[in-house]
Amino acid sequence: MPEEVVVVVDGVLVRMPVGSMVSAAIMTAGVSSFRRSVSGEARGLLCGMGICFECRVTIDLQPHCRSCQTVCQNGMDIRTCE
Amino acid sequence: MSRRAVGSDVLIIGAGPAGLAAAYRVVESGVGASVVDDNPDVGGQIWRGEKEKPSTPEAAAWFEKIRKSKINFINGARVFQQPQSGLLLAECENDVCELSYQKLILATGARERFLPFPGWTLPNVMGAGGLQALVKTGFAIDGKKVVVAGSGPLLLAVADYLTRKGAEVIAIAEQASRANLFRFGLGLINQRGKASHAYKLKKRLRGVKYLIGCWVVAAHGVEKLERVTLQQAGRRFDVACDYLACGFHLVPNLELAELLGCSIEDGAVRVDEFQQTSVENVYSAGESTGIGGLELSLVEGEIAGLAATGQTPKARALFSNRDKQRRFGHLLNRTFELRRELRDLPLNDTIVCRCEDVSFERLRTSSSWREAKLHTRCGMGPCQGRICGTAVEFLFGWNVESVRPPVFPVRVGSMGGET
Repeated sequence: MPEEVVVVVDGVLVRMPVGSMVSAAIMTAGVSSFRRSVSGEARGLLCGMGICFECRVTIDLQPHCRSCQTVCQNGMDIRTCE
Repeated sequence: MSRRAVGSDVLIIGAGPAGLAAAYRVVESGVGASVVDDNPDVGGQIWRGEKEKPSTPEAAAWFEKIRKSKINFINGARVFQQPQSGLLLAECENDVCELSYQKLILATGARERFLPFPGWTLPNVMGAGGLQALVKTGFAIDGKKVVVAGSGPLLLAVADYLTRKGAEVIAIAEQASRANLFRFGLGLINQRGKASHAYKLKKRLRGVKYLIGCWVVAAHGVEKLERVTLQQAGRRFDVACDYLACGFHLVPNLELAELLGCSIEDGAVRVDEFQQTSVENVYSAGESTGIGGLELSLVEGEIAGLAATGQTPKARALFSNRDKQRRFGHLLNRTFELRRELRDLPLNDTIVCRCEDVSFERLRTSSSWREAKLHTRCGMGPCQGRICGTAVEFLFGWNVESVRPPVFPVRVGSMGGET
């Protein structure tokens, strides 16, 4: 078994391989809607490389973090659609 | 926000193949090099995650060379401003880096081109490279149904990767015409390595439908993707799937070059034979100078690194290989030219600017990018037009220009002086 980290996505514990991105943890938790657009539409990851800003979420109370560029750390509190 | 000064003889922006090749050639000559990249690790997009697990002998050889070289890597750092000539600012996780340099090499790579169609904003509609990156960084795709669509050789590579990871790739929809692809195949006869690579890929993907002259006209679902409508030869049909991986070839990342005042020509950074831009002491290599693939990026990176350290004869010795790779690049771009039918995909209520939710209907009546920005806020959101700007260039033929610092949204504290 590869080493794991445990993060919390919208209150649910998710185990991920060490080095995984927060975006992958969110999808693994079964959440596909990362944020709401200015008119309220559900939006998810698009470019996966830090360009489009569609995957931004709140991480450890810091809003607007790009989940595709942030590596999972043990105990991270990740919240979507805030 | 605390500040940290990093001085470099040669500063390289981008840790993809071009940036790595440049850095290797610089330090090989005994000159110091720093490589700055906004991703958490090196490799860029094409070599993402390959430092530990290279997928080709070529990647393995390059990472071995890099491991043995004394290169200063600064990862997770995003360059956003040039306060004065010879100095760049980059935002890192906890501080701001003040990057000073004698010579600068821009190896900022490319991004996927996204085109709007009804439903493209639904969750689980992603870029082709976007879904691959997600899987490479920890998402298990096994057992999931995927349609890969858009254009370019990346589609085959992504379909192959996802299949090996256990996904069920239902179809690859390539918008290019059969005639174009046939010419591409003939063009490859002169490039044995590339032809055999393409052949192996196709062979591995034997069980996957490769639909030529086929494109997505709509994605459907409530809150997330459920199915897509494809069109081929005038016929439309629906395919149920969990994910749509859709990108229309690649476009160079030019924002930083534009910020520095480098001339841009035909959508790419203009460089001379030594990869030097129109700005003194600033070089550019790889996809930022025009889409041409991995081999071209590597050789351009090497030439830039050699030229920036005055090793002119060695740089010159690589010109013929670069010429060959450039011919492949031209062939690639002609083959995967976008068909005009794709301009008719957005409906009036289709969102074009995803940051500000600006619809096609509201843009259609504007006469220019500037007017659209002023009247609709198109391109004024956090991506600063990186997604919609590329789309409207194709949809309306607008000239999308005018970057302004910061070239990326940054924390307020990063902008000011000492705090």
